[in-house]
Amino acid sequence: MTDNPTQRQAFWRGFKHGWPFILVVAPFGVVFGVVATEAGLDVLQTMAFSIAVIAGAAQLTAIQMMTDNAPVAIILVTALAVNLRMAMYSASLTPHLGRAPVWQRALIAYLMVDQAFAVSALQYEKTPGWSTPAKVAYYFGVVTLICPIWYVGTLAGAVLGAQIPDTIPIGAAIPIAFIALIGPMLRTLAHVAAALTSVIAALLLAGLPYSLGLLVAGLLAMIVGSGVEVWLARRQEERP
Amino acid sequence: MTLSQPIIWLIVIGLGIGTFALRFSFLGLLGSRPLPAWALRLLRYTPVAVLPGLVAPRVFLPPEGATTPDPTLLATALVTLALGVWTKNAIWAMLSGAATLTVLTLLLA
Repeated sequence: MTDNPTQRQAFWRGFKHGWPFILVVAPFGVVFGVVATEAGLDVLQTMAFSIAVIAGAAQLTAIQMMTDNAPVAIILVTALAVNLRMAMYSASLTPHLGRAPVWQRALIAYLMVDQAFAVSALQYEKTPGWSTPAKVAYYFGVVTLICPIWYVGTLAGAVLGAQIPDTIPIGAAIPIAFIALIGPMLRTLAHVAAALTSVIAALLLAGLPYSLGLLVAGLLAMIVGSGVEVWLARRQEERP
Repeated sequence: MTLSQPIIWLIVIGLGIGTFALRFSFLGLLGSRPLPAWALRLLRYTPVAVLPGLVAPRVFLPPEGATTPDPTLLATALVTLALGVWTKNAIWAMLSGAATLTVLTLLLA
């Protein structure tokens, strides 16, 4: 089947594939807004976070470490470590979008959230023959609702969080939000091994100065996760 | 939180710039030279390697002034994780965690 959509058609196809994700993004934005304001940020700072970063897990990581009064450099390095996967997204989208004008690539990069990558990478794999403008239009279609809804959700959460009286303890909201994110990530044995390594190492290294324990635990867990993946793949190959 | 206002803004802006740099890296500057397979493999595990370690001390270590971990938080964590693994949906897991925490807090109060 030859499939060569116009930019307009590609945009609307992306829009159709992207909009259902607002059901996930909106509540998560609300959670971040509530957690950030409860941690002591004002509404403006909370909004600036969501607009500048658009990455919920890294934002929550920074908030948690800020409430732990970790040093600024460690907060930045650890939160950015959570976002290292974005470099992988960037690398895998480059064959498809790398020839777009630089201002478009900058905008694509700014809007590169997990859902935008997952949906677009799947589409480009199915239809590698699309022109670059069609692929770019598709990408913008996917994120058209997702990113604004992230801002709106954050704003709703921040306003809501500012209304919650201090007597109601919602300090446990951060661990719950994180654990809820971790569950669906445990897709393979390698992911489970990485998560377990991270937990055990973080507990053993909790006494390290400057909150360095988490960084070391994260590095160890990455190595264990990819090691288990390699080991599983080899075992698969050896089977007749 | 005892951080000063300029420090909070420094973190917001620094994280924004750093995240953009990661997203723009290959697309903007490094071109389409592929990353080596081992690097891609390591990067794939960053979220699942960092997030559990971030939350583990909160859940498993005793809170300040206590000698044992908080049983309410432990139970809530277990329910949230189980629902997340089972439904593969973070929102359902969050809602079930919030419900568990509310019920347990009311029961134990």
